[in-house]
Amino acid sequence: MTLADTLLLIGVAGFLSLIAQPDRRLYFLLGLSVLAVFAFQPALPVRGLDFWLPLATVAVTVTGWVLTAPRALRTWKSTWRTSLILGLIVLALALTRYLNLPSLFTASLPPQIEFVVLGLGGISLLVFLLARYTDSGKASLVFASLAIISLFLILKTPMLATWVAAALRSWNGQSTLTATAQDLRWLGFSYIAFRLLHTLRDRQTGRLPPVGLAEYVVYMLFFPALTAGPIDRIERFLTDLRQPLALTPEDWTEAGRRVVVGLVKKFVLADSLALIALNGVNAWQVHTAGWTWVLLYAFTFQIYFDFSGYTDIAIGLGRLLGIHLPENFSAPYLKPNLTQFWNNWHMTLTQWFRSYFFNPLTRALRSAKKQLPTPLIILMAQISTMVLIGLWHGVSANFVLWGLWHGTGLFIHNRWSEFTRPRSGHLPRPWAKVLGAGSTLLTFQYVALGWVFFALPDPATSWHVFLKLFGLA
Amino acid sequence: MQNPVSPLRVLAKALLLFAAFNLVVAAWAPVHLGDLSLYGTVFPGRMRLPFGEDSQHAYNLSLFNLDAMFSSQALAEGVKPANEFRVIVIGDSSVWGILLRPEETLSGQLDAQGLATCNGRRIRVYNLGYPTISLTKDLMILNYAMRYQPDLVVWPVTLEAFPIDQQLVSPIVANNAGAVQELIAKYHLPFNPHDPALVQINFWQRTLVGQRRNLADLLRLQLYGVMWASTGIDQTYPTDYPPAQTDFDTDVTFDGLQGPQLDQTRLAFDVLGAGAAAAGKTPLLLVNEPTLISAGKNSDLRYNFFYPRWAYDQYRQDLASQVVLHDWNYLDEWNLVPGSDFTNSAIHLNPAGERLLVEQVKTSILSLSCR
Repeated sequence: MTLADTLLLIGVAGFLSLIAQPDRRLYFLLGLSVLAVFAFQPALPVRGLDFWLPLATVAVTVTGWVLTAPRALRTWKSTWRTSLILGLIVLALALTRYLNLPSLFTASLPPQIEFVVLGLGGISLLVFLLARYTDSGKASLVFASLAIISLFLILKTPMLATWVAAALRSWNGQSTLTATAQDLRWLGFSYIAFRLLHTLRDRQTGRLPPVGLAEYVVYMLFFPALTAGPIDRIERFLTDLRQPLALTPEDWTEAGRRVVVGLVKKFVLADSLALIALNGVNAWQVHTAGWTWVLLYAFTFQIYFDFSGYTDIAIGLGRLLGIHLPENFSAPYLKPNLTQFWNNWHMTLTQWFRSYFFNPLTRALRSAKKQLPTPLIILMAQISTMVLIGLWHGVSANFVLWGLWHGTGLFIHNRWSEFTRPRSGHLPRPWAKVLGAGSTLLTFQYVALGWVFFALPDPATSWHVFLKLFGLA
Repeated sequence: MQNPVSPLRVLAKALLLFAAFNLVVAAWAPVHLGDLSLYGTVFPGRMRLPFGEDSQHAYNLSLFNLDAMFSSQALAEGVKPANEFRVIVIGDSSVWGILLRPEETLSGQLDAQGLATCNGRRIRVYNLGYPTISLTKDLMILNYAMRYQPDLVVWPVTLEAFPIDQQLVSPIVANNAGAVQELIAKYHLPFNPHDPALVQINFWQRTLVGQRRNLADLLRLQLYGVMWASTGIDQTYPTDYPPAQTDFDTDVTFDGLQGPQLDQTRLAFDVLGAGAAAAGKTPLLLVNEPTLISAGKNSDLRYNFFYPRWAYDQYRQDLASQVVLHDWNYLDEWNLVPGSDFTNSAIHLNPAGERLLVEQVKTSILSLSCR
């Protein structure tokens, strides 16, 4: 998102904050969130795809609701208004094709109206059949989860994404020679997928509260958190959404503070550091170890300011709309060990993986017929969780290495804690302070070195940079 | 009991402070903000003036703040050493060194020779070329550079830099209206000081909001210092580029004229004189820089993309007359470099071409330094 997009969102959120009545606010948020999905989708070279992907976002979201909502809620009576709003927004956006005006809400000219009507008809039929003939049983929920994971894998695996892009280009009669994975940049899908999986899984375990269609769509597509999170939990989100909006002066000032801090972090600090941050090109150009460290530290802080800046903006905008989005970062580089770092870095993603992968896996390994040693269980769970978190960013060798780096670090820290806990007496205060500072520095260095894998495109470049950092290349 | 915070009052105060700060900045006009530089302390000074159209890959950028440009140059590093004989080379993109690494340019190669004057002073050569063709731009840079106490000025020129109507349109000239107007007044140059090409900024453009782009450029110049220091790169080096054109149509116009005579009143010979005056007692070596002599289609009519033969021949004669008239130090190296040593333009040389020029200029520098 650009600075202009962000400022537009701030204006919109400020306007919406004046609408106190929960029901009215819900439908405003619904409309704006759906519009945002279309408006912020980047332009794509595959003809029409920057319209079809946002439409697919809406379709996947509605399908997610059908599969998770209790049968009593899946009636025309309770969904007609939301369905009508969604359909009308999509049709209105498609009709802008004929206005001969610059595309305000879509990245490029929308497809011809007959195709859009056909698409909407197909989606409606699918949703109708699902609503009619599925029962939110385990099989359909598992199938839906697997479908989302498969889609996710395709989008995040460069080879598969390129193949799909080539197929779409071919279908459109466009050249397949220039197809790349970038052709399938799907705005916000990474986050929407995680929210979908969360609701599907919670429905399976019976923890999902009954949610109306409009509420579900707003939760999934809530525009401040669409592109960079945080990943809220639906039951917490609904608590805020169902409250009448009564902003206090503290809400206004805190929202303003978060937005301003976020803007400075993202558009001043992160964008400036981006000019000198380590990347696949300058990794081979830099001459000395010292400057390689400077470039690495620049990346280390750039990624933090970029990501946490967006989160601050999202939290500030959410606050204006009466939604208290969860924190995502809490001074992660000042933590004395890797476990605490991960408890304070992209917290909502970590919590998601803890709830839906790490804990179930650990429980399964502990209750396995063949008793495994505890350290081995911890090692397996931590490595696989971190590798999965790495893969969430993209299916590549470097993201796997990044996951392994952190999984190994977490395991070593776990074992070290186990070893030192019974042996550590009370250190004198100055020594405890020195030890704390040393631990923080060591943790920061470890995290910074891990970013080498994250910032660079392949293991060969990463290895070159590691050698360079230690004066060996 | 604490008073509750009123968001509206906070907002109003913030806006008021912001407006006041903007007005203070506009009134105070911190024109020498560009002097604040990390170059020469945190980063080594650049080997040529900042210029770049692809900042992200070149780690360089074009800006119009002369203070900032010079502050980032190696020339501005510390006090001039007593045993240094300081040579500055001003000029166009061929001096700056398009497609050449800093050490491959005329200045870079001259400096690398480790030359010394007759009395043992080390000859240091600084590249003050800037990639737009205008004698007035060169004069402006020379005028600024004189504060760094050069002992010799080398000024390669070419006909394309002479037309009067080209003098003020170069963006760096147009955006330094104050400096140019001073030059016009001081040296009685035949230009209109209120020429619409000169960008005049009003009060509102001097506010923080109005200056945001310039301030961002200053910041970016400092940030790119990291990349300059760590990589030594200051431009992109494409492996493939279109070579200088050698085939031409039959058009023989130059600056709107068909020949056979150049109109002297449309050429800025006065600016050469102003340059000599700006240099003062510092010797100035004028060089008619090498130009491509094509052997392609219609090369009997044109030397190259820039010049029909009649215009360039006439220019050489006129320049030689001016040199004699004013007793300037002069080298005419127009045909020194073979066509194979030009790169993407009729004035851009490859390292081998620069080497040929270096040998000629070196002799003159050594001679002038021993006077």
